[in-house]
Amino acid sequence: MTAPLVKLTKKDFVSDQEVRWCPGCADFAILAGVQKLMPELGIAREKIVFVSGIGCSSRFPYYMNTYGFHSIHGRAPAIATGLKMANPDLNVWMVTGDGDALSIGGNHLIHALRRNVDIKILLFDNRIYGLTKGQASPTSEIGKKTKSSPFGTVDRPFNPLTLALGAGATFVARTTANDMQHMLAVLKRASQHKGAAFVEIWQNCVVFNDGAFDEWSEKDVRDERLLKLEHGKPLVYGKARDKGLKIGGGFTLEQGTAEGAVVHDESRDNAGLALALAALEPPWPQVMGVLRAVEMPSVDQLARQQEQEAAKAKGPTSLEALLQSGDVWDVAGSGDDA
Amino acid sequence: MTESVTPRVTQDIEHAVVRFAGDSGDGMQLTGTEFTREAAMHGNDLATFPDYPAEIRAPAGTTAGVSGYQIQFAAHEVFSAGDQPDTLVAMNPAALKVHLPDLKRGGLLILNEATFTKGDLDRAGWKSNPLTDGSIDGFRVIKVDFERLVHKAVEGTGVSSKDAGRCKNFYALGLVFWIYSRDTEREELAIRARFAKSPQLAEANLRAFKAGYFYGETIEALDAQYTIAPAKLRAGKYRNITGNSALALGLVAAAQQSGLRLFYGTYPITPASDILHELAKYRRFNITTFQAEDEIAAIAAAIGASFAGSLGVTASSGPGLALKTEAMGLAVMTELPLVIVNVQRGGPSTGLPTKTEQSDLFQAVYGRNGECPLPVIASRSPADCFDAAFEACKIAIDFRTPVILLSDGSLANGSEPWLLPKAAALAKIEPNITTDPAGFMPYKRDEKLARPWAIPGTAGLEHRIGGLEKDSLTGNVSYDPLNHEKMVRTRAEKVRRVADGFAKTEPYFDQEGDVLVVGWGGTYGSITQAILEARQKGLRVGHVHLRHIFPLPNDLTDVVARYRNVLIPELNTGQLRLHLRGQLGIEGVGLNKIQGKPFHVAEVASAIESLARRGVSTVKEIA
Repeated sequence: MTAPLVKLTKKDFVSDQEVRWCPGCADFAILAGVQKLMPELGIAREKIVFVSGIGCSSRFPYYMNTYGFHSIHGRAPAIATGLKMANPDLNVWMVTGDGDALSIGGNHLIHALRRNVDIKILLFDNRIYGLTKGQASPTSEIGKKTKSSPFGTVDRPFNPLTLALGAGATFVARTTANDMQHMLAVLKRASQHKGAAFVEIWQNCVVFNDGAFDEWSEKDVRDERLLKLEHGKPLVYGKARDKGLKIGGGFTLEQGTAEGAVVHDESRDNAGLALALAALEPPWPQVMGVLRAVEMPSVDQLARQQEQEAAKAKGPTSLEALLQSGDVWDVAGSGDDA
Repeated sequence: MTESVTPRVTQDIEHAVVRFAGDSGDGMQLTGTEFTREAAMHGNDLATFPDYPAEIRAPAGTTAGVSGYQIQFAAHEVFSAGDQPDTLVAMNPAALKVHLPDLKRGGLLILNEATFTKGDLDRAGWKSNPLTDGSIDGFRVIKVDFERLVHKAVEGTGVSSKDAGRCKNFYALGLVFWIYSRDTEREELAIRARFAKSPQLAEANLRAFKAGYFYGETIEALDAQYTIAPAKLRAGKYRNITGNSALALGLVAAAQQSGLRLFYGTYPITPASDILHELAKYRRFNITTFQAEDEIAAIAAAIGASFAGSLGVTASSGPGLALKTEAMGLAVMTELPLVIVNVQRGGPSTGLPTKTEQSDLFQAVYGRNGECPLPVIASRSPADCFDAAFEACKIAIDFRTPVILLSDGSLANGSEPWLLPKAAALAKIEPNITTDPAGFMPYKRDEKLARPWAIPGTAGLEHRIGGLEKDSLTGNVSYDPLNHEKMVRTRAEKVRRVADGFAKTEPYFDQEGDVLVVGWGGTYGSITQAILEARQKGLRVGHVHLRHIFPLPNDLTDVVARYRNVLIPELNTGQLRLHLRGQLGIEGVGLNKIQGKPFHVAEVASAIESLARRGVSTVKEIA
């Protein structure tokens, strides 16, 4: 990546389009955070591409003064994969929502993760379909009453983190839009990851699912109910930082005191600890931060390597030679003595 | 070996049709391909028609598992694989059951005698033994005990009994080589090369091949050996090629001539997969092949690659095209170059995966939500798939539009000699990628109405595109009613202008007269041959074979007016006929066949004749 010639500022990443999310939407905070982060990456603006699918969150590219592609429902991971494989020199970000990524685009998401395409995936999770005005989404908690489920949903939700880990994601993190400092730190880590970086961002929908994450992320409860992960540090939480997680029976984590808490290691090949952290259910805390960050070659990188090796192998090297490869025969002018 | 000492007569003939048929596991496709290569290298003109079941190994011995490969090879130009075989090789009773009805009366029938047991006859559904019940009367029958003879031939090579049994296709090949006086030396080299990893298998197959050849020389039952001289083809270098291979090379050529990376996103599907297999070998030519998780991802990735400045291509068959439909709309809206190949097969739904049909014309032209026009072109013969693929890429790049290329199963797997183009003589394709920020607007169009192709990585051209309606200049999202109408009409007009670049429509054969046959796609060979026959009977027949399905040529209506009747043969229920009526008001008479098989020449010839002589308004559908 070549460094930009002039130092860019947040303003350079603000497009001329009017932002059309509902007043009070948490998407504003994420947009501001991303625009703030961009100049810090040291990447020329023209090399940055934002790709999205369909949904409220997917309008995001229109508001970024970079290259952008607002595509079709669920297909952003596939479009971003083609974009990155075609030009690995680009810095590709994908913005999606819980419906876009986990419902209609679920297949593309897991395959982008297993391939480890070098793209940064930001999943704005508000546990509701917003743009279609309030239907249950694949992350809506069971029993949730919505327009499409007046008696409560009967299907169990996805946990985006365990899904990503199960798909073999090399970078998995969670943050929340109402904690700018934490969100910026996580997004920065994602931006530095070589490979598919998956970030679930809790994002409140003021109109159709207000208070979606209040239970954990409101200021007065978050210290007790959220555990901020730090690599190499014990899994400790609580206002007094007196609670910790220890290994329990049956491959689980259970609550204990700060003393003897397990030390977080995001770099383990084995995703077991990350899965256990991702799967924590109330009354235990929800984790925030980087669950997993391991290095593996990305598909775009591997494909280019293979191509370079193919260029060294035996075989025709020009189009003319390629056309004439195989069993070729000559027909002379008269056609008689072929 | 070719200079044999046989005292029998050698008869020089003009052409022959040979069909190899057996169980899916009998290696008939390989046998046919080997025979075809030799015919090509011999200099014959040829056309082939492989016909195999969708199941990899259907229950052995049943008619469901019969695999066939037909070739017509000749000392003159040929256009189709032939209606009726002169020689049929049937490796089991099921193959005989399926293919005997097609064999020419008096034709040569080579049977694997040892398989005509009670069990195999029952499995094939023969109520009595055709060898003795009169079923094969009227044919010149050669009963060969392949099993015993092959085992004997490979004795001492050390191959297992199972492997020995698997050599019988080469025994059959050797026999047919003798019958048609083919050069065995090239084939021997080919066998050695094929089994290079196992000298033992190479030796066994070679011995089987030679034994089959000598068997022909020895047995009394064969009264003649045939020779077919090389065809007087246009001078140049040739290679035998299948439609899928030619199509893959056409894509490579277009990418090379445009200087663009080729990004090929696809998902395995019959009968399109071979295009991927071919392209995956050519990675050194700046090609990315991407086997996606599904059909939608395949096209979406190709669109992403096109946005990045590559030549995005995806290919599939009908069911896959159905899945790609929404993404095609996105490519129309974002006006990015993209080629979508549909190797058509029998439908609807899963339909007949390995059989050919032309029933996706409506899907290609009309099958998307919204007003969503895009150019549709069709290839007409295996070698023509090269030119068609090249042209599809050129239109896509020139006009910044997705283009659908229609091929079909018979073209994909069929083969013919291909007069190799000179790479230097191919058209240059100018991508005209925008780099200048001065006055840049993402949807400001050139005289063709094409918009700028500004690719990520270019400073000062940062912009956003997407599936929402665009402002006609800035490309920003616009819900303005008049802008929407303007954009719908502009997108349509851009596609219409593609037709302004077409060459004048010049019918083959008669320029006016009794019948104009208007065809498209893989029916080209059968139609051409049929017209040759009809004209020998004194009829005045012209032929237009449409490369461009949409937009249609501007001068087509004028051409059609020069003939008394229009015949539109199609392997569907009349999609081109309705398309021509709707688009241009052309009233044609349909000849329609929906059997998963190409037209017989005779079917088209008789339709031409009845239309010309009686001027009837309908041609009886083929029963």
